[in-house]
Amino acid sequence: MMREHQLVIIGAGPAGLAAALEAEKAGLEDIVLLERDEYLGGILQQCIHNGFGLNYFGEELTGPEYAERFIDDVRESSVKIRLKTMVLNISPDKKITAINEEEGMIFLKAQAIILAMGCRERTREALKIPGTRPAGILTAGTAQRFINIEGYLPGREVVILGSGDIGLIMARRMALEGAEVKGVLEIMPYSSGLVRNKVQCLDDFGIPLKLQHTVDYIYGKQRLEAVDVIQVDDNFNRLTETKERIECDTLLLSVGLIPENELSQDMGLKLADGSGGPPVNELRETEIPGVYACGNVLQVHDLVDYVSEEAEVAARGAANFIKDSLKKREKEIIIEPGRGINFVIPHKISYQDESRKLIRHFLRVDEPRENIKIVIRDEAGSQIARFGREIVTPGEMETVKLPESLIPEGTGKLEFSIEAEGVEENGK
Amino acid sequence: MENNDANENTIVCVNCPRGCRVRVQSQNGEITNITGYQCDLGIDYAREEFKNPTRILPTTVRVKGGELELVPVKTARPIPKASIGEAMQELAGVRVQAPVKRGQVVVEDIAGTGIEVVATRSIALSQKENNTGNKKETG
Repeated sequence: MMREHQLVIIGAGPAGLAAALEAEKAGLEDIVLLERDEYLGGILQQCIHNGFGLNYFGEELTGPEYAERFIDDVRESSVKIRLKTMVLNISPDKKITAINEEEGMIFLKAQAIILAMGCRERTREALKIPGTRPAGILTAGTAQRFINIEGYLPGREVVILGSGDIGLIMARRMALEGAEVKGVLEIMPYSSGLVRNKVQCLDDFGIPLKLQHTVDYIYGKQRLEAVDVIQVDDNFNRLTETKERIECDTLLLSVGLIPENELSQDMGLKLADGSGGPPVNELRETEIPGVYACGNVLQVHDLVDYVSEEAEVAARGAANFIKDSLKKREKEIIIEPGRGINFVIPHKISYQDESRKLIRHFLRVDEPRENIKIVIRDEAGSQIARFGREIVTPGEMETVKLPESLIPEGTGKLEFSIEAEGVEENGK
Repeated sequence: MENNDANENTIVCVNCPRGCRVRVQSQNGEITNITGYQCDLGIDYAREEFKNPTRILPTTVRVKGGELELVPVKTARPIPKASIGEAMQELAGVRVQAPVKRGQVVVEDIAGTGIEVVATRSIALSQKENNTGNKKETG
């Protein structure tokens, strides 16, 4: 039996929850939210630390508090929630196959779909760390779930590889719970986490951060016994003479997040370089009309506040698609990342919308820089806008709001690039 | 901080990614000079961090009869950094009876700071005999 709905949202983390609420606000009455876990809120529920919501709510909340504000509203809305429901396949004509323990296989047909599946962590296998394969090696997020939701401490003597925010947060969390955190290793010459987390999660607990260091070998039969730690040079060559063995029973990996796009790829969507998610236009619509993507499945965010905002953009897009109230531009504008920029979201601007004044773009730079300008140039290479920044780092997403009025008529391309302060350059 | 004579501490400002290393010079615990900051946020942060460093403490406590084993909690206001260890010890012994409501006070005065610890998530009663998430959720 195929059940038909206006909008089906895949995933009830921060993106899915915000999308559901905004879609209802935009006038949709038949919204289904599918979630594979047994509760709403996604990964926010295990992020029990504070620091969420400063942009969106104007106050500092923990992850569960941020989630529950949306959950309360969704529960009072007309949105139909299906928990413990795993989506197996989505076809390009928007038929969804899912499974849960009560109904078995279920089939849904949607007028529009919002992909909000989030991301997952890179593992030891992705890094190809040599050595044995003992217990005690887990991603930082898995350890976070064990400690904060299930109530288990996964080990006592810990080495953490990767200084992203989850790694730093877990260093503090394990230290608070009585484990000895022997160090956080970072292969890059800078930490990819927020300064605040470096100070409050490592310095507060006297945990050393070793930049340009990585794990060279893993020892242990049943349980992890030790790791070899080694320094690398600027070209990531291992400096053998620096090798040092550190005894530990736990190795946490915080080495990057990958948007979880198997469903997207199965339905025929290609993934973009840099962001790792499907290319989208300014309404977060993918290459398949009526299919939207938002949150970490589109690009890995560092602030949940931006996830919520992005989900609302996608939901308004989906609502307008269903109501057929959108007007395409005569010519789409392709957004290209130029020098110093890894990627820009959206990847293109497709619609004409007289009511909007600004188009917000998210971008990630390739390395830390100070006193730069983010410059936008049109097809002819003329500068149409620029935005000064005192400091940019790959660990903190940049956003710029491009006034629609500055986009030249008929241009087919906009290029975003980083240019140094005070130096006038011609594009490339 | 126990500084009985001239002293210099380096405090990393957390207000922006620049992470200025602010140097606080002091005499007998009183600040005499602050340098190394690039904006006013840096001075204020360093002064506060030198005199009375405080942190919000987020952690978990055990739940009895709940749908989950743990409820996440936090101190309602920042507590002195030096009290964090004692607070964790106290919280290790705390058990809360489900259901728990977000914002509910779990401990009234943590580690003698006079500051409350509150739940940051609602935890429903365990429904082991009637474990039908979908029926409950599908309105």
